[in-house]
Parts: sequence; C-alpha cells; structure tokens
Amino acid sequence: MRILALALSLSLVLISSFAVNAADTMRLAVTTSFHNSGLSDILIPAIKEDTGIEVQLLVVGTGQALKLGRQGDVDAVLVHSKKAEEQFINEGFGTRRTEIMYNDFVFIGPKADPAKLADVKQAQVALKSIAATKSPFVSRGDESGTHKRETSLWKGAGLDTETLDSSWYREVGAGMGAALNIASGMNAYILADRASWLNFKNKGSLALLSWGDPVLFNQYALLTLNAEKHPHIKSGLSKKLEAWLVSERAQKLIGTYEIDGQTLFVPNAKKVDAS
Amino acid sequence: MADILAALSQAFWLLVSFDADLMEIVWRSLSVTVSAVVIASLIGLPFGAWIAVRRFRFRRYVIAIINAFMGLPPVVVGLVVYILLSRSGPFGVLNLLFTPTAMVIAQVIIILPILISITHQSIRDLWANYHDLLISIGTSRWQRVVTLLFDARRALLTAVLAGFGRAIGEVGAIMIVGGNIDHVTRVLTTAIALETGKGDFSLALALGIVLIIIAVVLNLLIHTISKTEREGTW
Amino acid sequence: MVSTLLPIRLEEAVVSKRSKILVGPVSTSIDAGGPTMIIGPNGAGKTTLLRLIHGLERARRGQVVFAEPDINEVRRKQSFVFQKPIMLRRSALDNVIYPLSLRGVPKAEAKQSALAMIERVGLKGSEDTRATFLSGGEAQKLAIARALVTKPDLLLLDEPTASLDAQAMRDIEALIQQAVLDGVEIIMTTHDMGQARRLANNIIFLHEARLLENTEANLFWEKPQSDEARRFVDGEIV
Repeated sequence: MRILALALSLSLVLISSFAVNAADTMRLAVTTSFHNSGLSDILIPAIKEDTGIEVQLLVVGTGQALKLGRQGDVDAVLVHSKKAEEQFINEGFGTRRTEIMYNDFVFIGPKADPAKLADVKQAQVALKSIAATKSPFVSRGDESGTHKRETSLWKGAGLDTETLDSSWYREVGAGMGAALNIASGMNAYILADRASWLNFKNKGSLALLSWGDPVLFNQYALLTLNAEKHPHIKSGLSKKLEAWLVSERAQKLIGTYEIDGQTLFVPNAKKVDAS
Repeated sequence: MADILAALSQAFWLLVSFDADLMEIVWRSLSVTVSAVVIASLIGLPFGAWIAVRRFRFRRYVIAIINAFMGLPPVVVGLVVYILLSRSGPFGVLNLLFTPTAMVIAQVIIILPILISITHQSIRDLWANYHDLLISIGTSRWQRVVTLLFDARRALLTAVLAGFGRAIGEVGAIMIVGGNIDHVTRVLTTAIALETGKGDFSLALALGIVLIIIAVVLNLLIHTISKTEREGTW
Repeated sequence: MVSTLLPIRLEEAVVSKRSKILVGPVSTSIDAGGPTMIIGPNGAGKTTLLRLIHGLERARRGQVVFAEPDINEVRRKQSFVFQKPIMLRRSALDNVIYPLSLRGVPKAEAKQSALAMIERVGLKGSEDTRATFLSGGEAQKLAIARALVTKPDLLLLDEPTASLDAQAMRDIEALIQQAVLDGVEIIMTTHDMGQARRLANNIIFLHEARLLENTEANLFWEKPQSDEARRFVDGEIV
C-alpha cells in the first residue's frame, strides 16, 4: 500500500512537470509592480485567446527578472527600468527593447502629512520637503525599477540616498506590496506605482498625496532575448507576444483597464516592423 | 484582530465551498511535499541507519556536518538548486527549473539532514541494545539495517513527520526554484507570501489556517493508522 | 547428532583490551561429550573466553580452530544465550521466528517451528506478548527457544540463570538437560558451583585470565590439580 502511494504521488508530480513545457507555453518574467496592478489577469487570458500562447508569469523584482533573462531561464522580460534594459541589450542578452505602455509613480504618505506634500506638484520639491522634515520614508532598496527611479529622483533633488540618515530613510529591500505594508505600519512616506497603491488592501492611515510630475512617468518595455546566447528559448513565441502587445487590441485593453474607476496605464507602443 | 476574524471566516468559506483555486493549490502542496518526504525517507532512513551501524574513520565528522546542515537556511538551498538547474547551469538541459519537480528536489535536500540525524540517533540507541544479539545470530550488514529500521519504526515515524512539517511550511527555496507560477508551481506557502506582499492579510491568514488544518489532519491520520498512542512504548 | 564443530582447539589465544589481558594465553581442546562448564572466580575471564569461542571477541594473538573447516557453517551451527536476555522489540513468537527468517525459512514453516519451540520451553500462551514485557525467567526461556529453533550443533550460555529465582533456574537447567539429550553440545559459564556439579561433564577452570584446568568433572571435584582450583572449590576464593 505504501508503495502504491509512493508511485501515485511521484507520477503525479512528474506528470505536472511534463505539462509545463508544452509547445505553446512561454515564460515571461515581469515585475511585482506590473503583477500587482492586476493588468496581467486581463492580458494573459486575452493572449491565450488571440494567439494560443500560454504565458507563464514569473513575478519577481526587476533585478531578478533581468537575471533570469541573462541566464536564459525565461523567454522574455517585461520591466520598467530603461537604463538597466539598455545595458541588458548592450551586453548582448536582448535583441530588442519594445515600449508597451507607461504608468506613473505617486507619493503616498500619512494623512497627517508632516512634509506638506498635498500642495506640491513637483517631485523634487516633495523629496526635499521630506528630507527637511526628516519624515519617515520607506525605500524599496531592492535595485528594482521603482527603487532606481526613486534614487534618481533624490539625485535630481540634490540628495544622495547613500548619505541619507537611516533614522528616517528606511531601505527595506522588499517588493512593492511588502514595502507598502511597512510604510503603512510605520506611517511613513513612500514612492509607489499607482496601480500597486490602488490594489493595496492595507492602506491604514496612508493616503495618495502628490502626483503628476512628468519625471514620475514609468515606462514599461518588453525585452526579447537573444537566441544566439540561449538557443533553446522560444523566440518565435516571444515575437508573437511582442506583436500582440503592440497590437490595437492589446493597446486598447491596456488603455481601458481601470481600478476604482481610474485608468492606470497609457499605451504608447509604436508599430513594430515584422522582422 | 479584525484581520484574524476575517481570516477565520474566509478560511471557513474557502474550505466549505471547495474553492477550485484553493483545492488546486492544496493538492499541489501535498503532492510536492509528500513526494519529497517519500524520496527523502527512502534515502535518509537507510543512510541514517547505515552510519549508525557502520564504523568508519570519519564517522564523527560526517555526523557533525549532517547535524550542522539542519540549520541551513532553506533559501540558500533554493539558490544553489536554482544555479544548478538554470539553463545556464550544469543541469539546465533537464529543463527542470520552474517545475514541481524542482521544488521536490529542493525540499528533499532541505529535509534530508533532519531525517538522517533523527534516524541515526534512534538507530544508534537501538543498535547499542541489539548489538551482540544481531552479531551472534548471524546477520549481514543489510539485514541489521532492515531489522533496526523495522524495530525503530515508531521513532522513524517521528523523523518522517518532522521532515513533513519542515517541508510543508517551507517557502523560500520553492519560491526561487518553482517561480510561484500560477496554476503551475504555486502552492500554499508561496500563495501566502504573494498575498502578504499584496497587502491582503486576511486572505494570507486564511491560507495559513488552511495549511495548519491540513498539517494537523495529516498528523492525526498517521498517528491513528499506526496506533501510536494506543499501546505502550515500543 | 554428531557435532562437526567439536573438538575446538584454542592455540595460544589471547583477548586483550587496551593492553590489559582479559583472558589468555589459552591453549586447550574442548571435546565433544559435554556439557563443558567454565568456572572460576569473578573477573577470571569466563565470559570473555565464551565470547571468544563464539566469535563475539577477537583474539589479539593465537587462534580458535573448529573441527569444521567451513567458517560459515561454524557460525551457523552455534547459538548463544546471553546472561541478560536481549529481546527484539517484537512479540515472543516473532523473536523465535527471527533467526529462521534470516535463513530464508518460509514463513509458515518458521511459524510452526517457533510455536513448537515456545511450547517446549513452557511459554505456551505467551506467543503474542511483547518480549520486552516478559519476566526475567520467561525471557531467558524465550532466549533458549530462539537459540534452539535453528537446531544448532553447539549452544553456548553465559551464566544463564545468574539473576533468576530458584524455580526459573530449575526450569532452565531442565531445558539444558533436555537439549543435551537431543544431542546439542553445551559450553556454559557459571559462578554457581552447585549448578556446575549438577550439569557438568567437563570442567574448565579459569583464574586471573589463565586456564588452569580442563578435566572431566568427576576428576575435578575429587582432586583439583591446581592450588587455586582447590581453594576455589573450598570456597576460599570467589
């Protein structure tokens, strides 16, 4: 009897791994921000319907997504960190960078708003104010797209994040949801992408305080991987995915996606030449 | 407090309604962990018994190292297995990354030290007792291992259940090697991590409650089947 | 049944642990026609000598030579009964079946033989009792059953009645006598001289790790050769 149970569970596990790499399946590494927006729940079934491709999402941080791309463990990467993406292509791991859509970052903070962000439209002014009042601020601290954007914004405001005092500048090394949790727990300011904020269920006494500065726009791009580095990857499917994401249907789905009556993404793909 | 109450009711409804997603995740959690426990037991129990019975020069060091590995952070195991199974890694051609098989492999590695250590200790005590008899009566080394394993089976069951407990609650390693892919490699623990990260604490807690209920039911089932508490000590 | 194991020759055999000699050098021959009882004061090396013959101790120097040339047969045809019975954590019946199952005897046949042996030693009704729950006397009888179920040529017993009450001792001595009648050779240690007088055909006397005498029992009791033996028989040394 024991042997039967053993054989049963082993075969089940094996069966499930075979099913995984069927012909029309591809793996796409995406960032937690993208996944948390909920947009993938709309797009993935639509992709299956229109192209027959089953897209498996690996939801990880930007750094890990690019690493998986370098290792050849995924077939394509969708992140929002232009500098890192361009470096990726320069290093020869990716063949092309295709812009798909953008959303924006927003400033979240305690309703009490000690740094008075509610009246501020410019990101740099907001950051300077937070620093001046030494109000608690949670940073992703994980080399993600969001984190890199945050660091560059501080730089634009004339402040080096390495030198900020850790009594109020808290680097948590976590994903967006986890970082928002911590900010909620600490009643701290935090830079988040709008979608993650709208979907976040633990808002506590945090509120959306400031937004709109163009430097806060957040461009998502799809990276197709270089088949020369990793011949086994599903380049054909990646190309199909790319073509779908820039198609009218996809762009419409992206542009009309809402949470609580608010649209989150602005589709901005240019037509891709069929190569 | 509100979160916990919300979680309890959510857990109740999920279970009672046989929520399809939940059933799928529960099934996957169990099949991964049970497979890992079975495989690790097939390797670890005889090995633990063997080193208890055999005298060899570096035995003390082997035992010390195995005991030390019990404290190995599962995430580290996950990273190592990832590096090995990655397409850029030595075993990439096997295409095992991001499959339940990879998760089983990681969990086997994580629970082996516990199984070997507990088995070794129990068998050693029993071997001290049986030593002269088994030699006198004329057993081969393999027969000794089998006899000891059989007579120590209650203690070994404890070892196996300890391994199960460690594996069913593990999240770091299987997150890395499994990828937490929806409908493919998502299990209870990784789902809990996901929902926590999204801030949906009550769902995360509900899943946690389901996990504990499953673990308790399984333990009770096994103890009932083997009548552990019925008769006296073995 | 004529034993092919005896005579056993010990040739300058020594057992030592950490440069302390436990017994030896011993050169003697143990012939068929026992029981042969090994007696002597405490610490003389009786148990060690018995274990050496059985193979539970290794000779540091010298050797133990059986009449039977095939070493596997030598092992198979001996059984050992320990002073404190070692029971497997199983039922009494399963304990007696165990040595048969090791030798590949089919289950049904093994069970039959085991049941018969259990009845013979007077434990009928206790087949399903956990062996570790048996009393001292019962456990020792079970050990003898287990030792005899494989039909050995040679049965070695190490002070088998040392911690038992008078009745149990009588029962076990009766079992030993019965085994002798069935043709099993017996080599046994004891510190009980009454027991030695009752059972022995040959006496081996050890004193401080040396073998001082190996003679027919009657001769030994009447006129021990060595001083130490005489003093031991007289009860002067224990």
